[in-house]
Amino acid sequence: MGWRITLRPYVLIVPALLLTCGILYPFGLGLYYTLFDFSASKPQPDMVRFENYRAVFTQEAFWNSAWVTVLYAVGAALAETVLGVAVALLLHRSTLIGRVLEKILILPLMIAPVIAAIIWKLMLQPSVGVVNHLLRPFGLGGVQWTDTPTGALLSSIAVDVWVYTPFVAILALAGLRSLPTSPFEAAAVDGAGWWYTFRRLTLPMLWPYVLVAVIFRFMDSLKVFDIIYALTEGGPGDSTVVLQIRAYLEAIRFQRYSFGISYTIVLWAVVYLAAMVLVKHLGKIQRKAAEVTT
Amino acid sequence: MDTHVHDRRRFLALAAGAAAAPLLTACGAGFGGNDDKSDGSAADDVTGSFDWKREKGTTVKALLNKHPYTDALIADLKSFTAKTGIEVEYDVFPEDNYFDKLTVDLSSGRASYDVFMLGAYMVWQYGPPNWLEDLGPWMRNSSATGAEWDQADFFPNLLQADQWSLKAGAPLGQGGQYALPWGWETNVVAYNTEVFRKLGVKPAETFDELTELAGTIKRKAPGAGFDGMYGIAVRGSRSWATIHPGFMTMYARNGLKDFTVDGGKLTPAMNSPEAVAFTEDWARMVKRGGPPSWTSYTWYQCSSDLGAKKAGMLFDADTAAYFQAVKGASPASGKIAFHPGPQGPGGSLATNMWIWSLGMNAKSKKKSASWLFLQWATGKEHLRKSAITHNHIDPVRKSVADDAAYKDKMRHLPGFLETFEKVVDQTKIQFTPQAQFFDATTSWASALQEIYGGKGAKPVLDGLADDLAGKVG
Repeated sequence: MGWRITLRPYVLIVPALLLTCGILYPFGLGLYYTLFDFSASKPQPDMVRFENYRAVFTQEAFWNSAWVTVLYAVGAALAETVLGVAVALLLHRSTLIGRVLEKILILPLMIAPVIAAIIWKLMLQPSVGVVNHLLRPFGLGGVQWTDTPTGALLSSIAVDVWVYTPFVAILALAGLRSLPTSPFEAAAVDGAGWWYTFRRLTLPMLWPYVLVAVIFRFMDSLKVFDIIYALTEGGPGDSTVVLQIRAYLEAIRFQRYSFGISYTIVLWAVVYLAAMVLVKHLGKIQRKAAEVTT
Repeated sequence: MDTHVHDRRRFLALAAGAAAAPLLTACGAGFGGNDDKSDGSAADDVTGSFDWKREKGTTVKALLNKHPYTDALIADLKSFTAKTGIEVEYDVFPEDNYFDKLTVDLSSGRASYDVFMLGAYMVWQYGPPNWLEDLGPWMRNSSATGAEWDQADFFPNLLQADQWSLKAGAPLGQGGQYALPWGWETNVVAYNTEVFRKLGVKPAETFDELTELAGTIKRKAPGAGFDGMYGIAVRGSRSWATIHPGFMTMYARNGLKDFTVDGGKLTPAMNSPEAVAFTEDWARMVKRGGPPSWTSYTWYQCSSDLGAKKAGMLFDADTAAYFQAVKGASPASGKIAFHPGPQGPGGSLATNMWIWSLGMNAKSKKKSASWLFLQWATGKEHLRKSAITHNHIDPVRKSVADDAAYKDKMRHLPGFLETFEKVVDQTKIQFTPQAQFFDATTSWASALQEIYGGKGAKPVLDGLADDLAGKVG
């Protein structure tokens, strides 16, 4: 019996260990490749140490992509959070319509983002798309949705918002339904108004749930590829070439493997740092929410 | 307890070592290059008299792009199997994903596909890393190649377009034969005869006239009963494919170059004063008479707009118009005519071309059977049948182009044969061969979009040239 007890922790750790290796191996290999000038035209490359990273950071294209990525991620996460919470608050007042809407709301999440982007690409087509068709009676039928840099970025964010706002709404709704009722009853007895209750009670207690959604959406938006690529291919010009698209073009389309991987490693570092900051913030907010509840 | 801690540490250290081993092995093994590459060609192993049944019972895997030429090939595959006893398994992908699939597959070093479709430009990318079988030794081996294959029957410029020495800037037609021409396209103007007749206009002979004409159609066609029609369909998506058809054809007709080559060194030339002026003119033409949402336009949209009577003209591959022009194919069928397009200064009809070629995976384990397939697919019998009974037009073989049945079939399309004959001698690849072709042309398309969007052509093209100068050597 003794040897079984001794071995048990090691046996139990095996799946986690395998999973860790499965994650670390390709990551480590990718990191290692960035130290070489590995490309299709140079299959037996030389070690160039950190030259690829130097090249990435001195490229104007990188800073353009980084800026577009941040704009996209902040814009999408912010819009989804505001809309998601608003929708959750509306649905929380449980009515028959609310319950029906709740079921419909989840539909965009069931569609692959790339398919959603293609559907929207057709709908936003200036001459035959349904969006301009609907806008025509208001004299707005000629909008070139994805033909201008600003339009392309906003259209991409809008598609992201369409797909993922339900995700935020569902998390926020789950949060709202798990909040204790007693503080709200006490506030009602004291005659507190809706806005005061929302600001002082609902929001502080809901924040941990909202922040979880924000963390997920912000991380995902930083890594966006499918929606933008299907909608604009990164254009017009370089206006929607986010870091993931740049990495894809370099590594796959242009076959500069090391250079492309360097882009993804830089993106990983950005996402990792952002996640650390947000998770740390989440802890603080959870403690504050607990104080409000008590 | 101490012992446990010690044991656990040792266990974790051993486990970490085991996990690191493959990483270190991978490091030691290098980058999966071509260590097993042999200098001799597998074609040398084929001896004796030529025999179509030599590889009977073998299965060849093909990767194909969704295209009417592919449809014609698939429809005739039974003939190949009957002739050789070789089965062909194939996957067909749409063009948006096709080349990514092929690139990833070839770069993996596996032989998932023995044969595949590619363009001549891909030879510039896939040739240097030795992913493509040099077909020259196969063509020269009379044991491997039947006499009826008749190499001399190919249009020479097409065969040469798939030959390259793998050196940046070196002209085509030298070095290895990395693919075989199978179907090609020349870039011309196709137009809707109905709207031309109603508006009383004629095809443009100069680029200025074309710009004017495109604007006229966009302004006047809706009032003449062509609701929503614009002037000219040209590609505009942020892709290499935007540059090579109409744009590169007109660029070349103006005597302009993508790069200048001096002693093996390539210098970007798309920012020369003449190139800047032409690019501005092209963007102006698109603004005046081009499609709405031009920046997302691929050949599929251009072609279907001509067929749907949304575009008055199309400056693109002749095949893109042909597929809409055939009887019953579109609302505009029967009303589409062909014209060589505007001439350059001095009457130049220099035209860029695209060749759908067939290539063989250098890692294929079934090279002999694959070669039989390539030989059959580019042979007279199959290509003639495909051209006459299917839509595999613009023959790569002179015998098919001259065939009376083929000419009869094409004659009903106004101007098709005349246009083909007028531009065929000046049609060739107008780009400078180099491995960074896709980066250069994708960036070029991006620059074109920016100029269309209102940015100054000079600074945008200077930026493009600066960027490319560092990448293209």
